[in-house]
Amino acid sequence: MYALDVDRLTVSYFDTHALDDVSVRLPVASLIGIIGPNGAGKSTFLKAVLGLIPARIEQLRVLDQSLEAVRSRVAYVPQRSAIDWDFPVRVQDVVLMGCYPKLGLFKRPSKAQKVFAMECLERVGMSDHAERQIGELSGGQQQRVFLARALAQEAELLLLDEPFVGIDVASEQMIIELLRTLRAEGRTIVVVHHDLHKAEDYFDTLMLLNKQLIAVGPPSDILTPEWLEPAYGLPLFERRKEGQG
Amino acid sequence: MTFIEALLQYEFLQKAMITAVMVGIICGVIGCFIILRGMSLMGDAISHAVLPGVAISYLLGINFLIGAVVTGLVTALGIGFVSQNSRIKNDTAIGIMFTSAFALGIILISFLRSSSDLYHILFGNVLAVRPSDMWMTVIIGLIVLGGIFFFYKELLISSFDPTMAQAYGLSTRWIHYGLMTLLTLVTVASLQTVGIILVVAMLITPAATAYLLTNRLSRMLFLAAGFGTFSAIVGLYFSFTYNLSSGASIVLVATTLFALVFVFSPRHGLMRHRKRKESTV
Repeated sequence: MYALDVDRLTVSYFDTHALDDVSVRLPVASLIGIIGPNGAGKSTFLKAVLGLIPARIEQLRVLDQSLEAVRSRVAYVPQRSAIDWDFPVRVQDVVLMGCYPKLGLFKRPSKAQKVFAMECLERVGMSDHAERQIGELSGGQQQRVFLARALAQEAELLLLDEPFVGIDVASEQMIIELLRTLRAEGRTIVVVHHDLHKAEDYFDTLMLLNKQLIAVGPPSDILTPEWLEPAYGLPLFERRKEGQG
Repeated sequence: MTFIEALLQYEFLQKAMITAVMVGIICGVIGCFIILRGMSLMGDAISHAVLPGVAISYLLGINFLIGAVVTGLVTALGIGFVSQNSRIKNDTAIGIMFTSAFALGIILISFLRSSSDLYHILFGNVLAVRPSDMWMTVIIGLIVLGGIFFFYKELLISSFDPTMAQAYGLSTRWIHYGLMTLLTLVTVASLQTVGIILVVAMLITPAATAYLLTNRLSRMLFLAAGFGTFSAIVGLYFSFTYNLSSGASIVLVATTLFALVFVFSPRHGLMRHRKRKESTV
């Protein structure tokens, strides 16, 4: 069973291809990193798979089913810049949004769902901040709240768009530990990751993208000059030094 | 004669009061979503775009709600079409479409008999509210409040995180046009009270005042409705007592409330802001 089975995905804006004929299969119960240079179409890939932007796609299976059948079990955590942090919602309100996909129209979250949302908040160690407005938290805390929302959604597939941008090292460590726990529970986590730093340490599988799929596989296979050079168009050794430095 | 005595005695004033309070409530509530979605200019546009619809309805002798909703929505669709199918940015598209609609409305109104009609549509005349106008406002109010009550969850998530809303299969497009429809209804309801030109103030100012006071959407909705109501009542008092334009009086009361909160709000006021800045230096 694959978490994502994408066959021939192409996304174009006007005349240029943002993604060109990408076919890939990503395994379940793993931590997958999508890497590649700026403008490689990493976020576009996530959005296209979720049907958020117009795309041509031969076939798409999500968790071995059609996208429509599993929508409520797929959680998406947006880039920081996509959220209005001054919005009048408290931390607990955000987590409770995880219950919305399962509720139909006109239905409000039940008491049991509110309790469950608080438990999810507890799991990410943020229950002390339940009453705070979302913008009052640090970047790392905000990411944890959004992960709690994905837990409240009981998502089996989590798509995270640049979760480590603008957060401190301690928070990053905490989040990656949390993602590992989720993987151990059998969930699949796909992370758009902007640099190669720690990629080897964090992920089971890497998907190297630059408009086309360059390579996919275990990090030790992917983080080699053979693959990185065509993707980044730079001599690799400088890149690796940068990554480790 | 005091305002209170007059209110008890004159039916026209009671009708004016009921209408103005209803307008204060629904403008405040819808306004919260308008400002949170960054659509203040859109609110201004749709309210202006109602004018040709009202004129056409008069000319055809049909209920002017129908015409208003049609031209309001056509304008909203036109704005979406232009900004999505060209390099024109959204605010530019809004500027083009609503001024065109408004200009068309002015020409159409000139075919009607009196120019005082135009004046009243543009600036409102709440003291001349007829019973049918009052009832229409009350019914629109119930529709708007009902819509927000039943779709609260969808409005919240599509305003806060539209990507997640779309990802789980919510049609943010339908929510957008639904909100635009409610906005045209609110504008029509506000014609008599504040008029087309100033309705955007009633949408934005009480909601912005509430935004400075709370971190919870549900409270923001109630506060905005409260500020809208207070502005309507006090504005009507000034309008009646000193023979001032009702719309302008109501708007200036709302502005005064905003100014006070802007300076003194415990969470997000100017004083607090200054203090915070000093402490971080």
